[in-house]
Amino acid sequence: MNELVFFINNVVISGSVSGSIYAIGAIGVTLIFSIMRFAHFAHADMMTFGAFMVLLLTTLFPAAGASLGVPTAVLMLPLAMLLTAALAVGIDKTFYKPLRAHGVKPIVLVIGSLGVTLILQGLIRLFSGTGGQSLYVDDRKEIFRLALPFEGARAPIVVTEPQIYLFVITIVAVVALHLFLNRSRLGKAMRAMSDNPELAQASGINTNTIVAVTWMIAGALAAIAGTLLSLDVTFKPDLSFFLLLPIFAAAIVGGVGHPYGAIAGGFVVGFAETLAVFNWNVLLRPFRDSLPAWLELPSNLAFVGTEYKIVVPFFILVAILVWRPTGLFKGKVI
Amino acid sequence: MSSTTRPLIDARDVHGGYGGMNILNGVNMTLEADEVGVIVGPNGAGKSTMLKAVFGLLHVNQGEILLNGQPIQNLPPNQLVQRGMGFVPQEKNVFPSLSVQENLEMGAFLKPQNVKRMLAQIYEFFPPLYEKRRQPAGELSGGQRQMVAMGRALMAEPSLLLLDEPTAGLSPLYMNEIFDRVKQINAAGVGILMVEQNAKQALAIADKGFVLAAGQNRFTDTGAALLADPDVAKSFLGG
Repeated sequence: MNELVFFINNVVISGSVSGSIYAIGAIGVTLIFSIMRFAHFAHADMMTFGAFMVLLLTTLFPAAGASLGVPTAVLMLPLAMLLTAALAVGIDKTFYKPLRAHGVKPIVLVIGSLGVTLILQGLIRLFSGTGGQSLYVDDRKEIFRLALPFEGARAPIVVTEPQIYLFVITIVAVVALHLFLNRSRLGKAMRAMSDNPELAQASGINTNTIVAVTWMIAGALAAIAGTLLSLDVTFKPDLSFFLLLPIFAAAIVGGVGHPYGAIAGGFVVGFAETLAVFNWNVLLRPFRDSLPAWLELPSNLAFVGTEYKIVVPFFILVAILVWRPTGLFKGKVI
Repeated sequence: MSSTTRPLIDARDVHGGYGGMNILNGVNMTLEADEVGVIVGPNGAGKSTMLKAVFGLLHVNQGEILLNGQPIQNLPPNQLVQRGMGFVPQEKNVFPSLSVQENLEMGAFLKPQNVKRMLAQIYEFFPPLYEKRRQPAGELSGGQRQMVAMGRALMAEPSLLLLDEPTAGLSPLYMNEIFDRVKQINAAGVGILMVEQNAKQALAIADKGFVLAAGQNRFTDTGAALLADPDVAKSFLGG
């Protein structure tokens, strides 16, 4: 029983946490690709930027959330989403739009986005310092321990307050995106432009508007993902290093250009990571007595050490590109 | 006809092409509001290119194109849709992952208040589309796709509909159906300018025919007159 609780805490919860974060990041990458046809490498830094905005606002008004009973950082999230959406539109106007106007190849935009990565990272570092900082400035991080009503279940299931916010916000974001894409006029136009940009224009759809809306959504989602991650652990200016590979792996696993694929891909990558670093010894321990004597279980039975977690999305990325380059949902090939 | 009436489309000495190379070398074209105009000619004559020039998809380097007397050359397509033009490209003329109904809705993107009324009209006009309204357009047959494409363009209630080879690749059955529909659309007061490979059939429904060759007008007359002209028949209609 305790082993099961251990599995839930270390795989189910922690996999869902990273899965949600990767999914929300990957949706942005996939939307940008489907509208503008380039891989936006600065996306992970937009996530860091969003989290940094939350940190700034929380440091400025540390007690704002207390009166409402929510952590100040969560209260500041909508504002940070607006700021990051504005940043995304601004970056597009300043850097990508002039390039598109010249009719450059997608690879030029990709390299341009690497430049934007360096700019954003430098700026964030300049203002935030290089160390890690908690987004819980004035609040206390609640930890919930749910004891199981079973005999012999000594260890509780542990969920932290930011993880609960994360699950709720992820579900709200995904449902909102689904409704936007399938019910609203602009959302349908976005799908139309992803399908056939020339015909979208010939139908009277203003493609500049769609591009701007795409950046707003991608920016707002990036702020959510970056903030949720920073709430769960801490804010660091180099968060993007650990996000870039998993979110691209997630977008490609799901099939580039498919928002739902990106969600699935996010969870595939998130769970693959946590399963790979999980110590399987714990689950085998109850059967120790029935194992043959010569088979001694090593104390650590994880596939890779935690410090090598980042190789998992890398491996998934390589595997999917070799065996199924269009991803699980038949997306486009980058 | 009073002298103040302006033709629906009036193209004068249009030169244009891609990347500095001219494909059109002075094309003239006049179409009245209630007419069907058909552009025919050999491959590479600039038929589709002329249609694209009218719809702003191609840079016009010289000459002018007037829509109801207003110059429209080199305006972006979305502004031309606003001014009452609808365009059905030959290929890639639907949004494959969108449902049939969503395809049609996109046609009325600029007139969202029209969607309900126009959807009902289009479904009445193309009954097979109603049955397939929830199906992705990419799963339809060629003829049904053409219906979706024409329906999409009609959703904005255009005064001029541009059709680029609407019967290309269709079976004879669908071909006749599409020609019938074109006649009906025209009868409802929509001017039609179409490029066609099936020159004889198209000229038969044409008020005006434009025979292009090497980016210039070769013959311009009524459809019936062109069909009867032995010179046209010999050089362009296969005898």
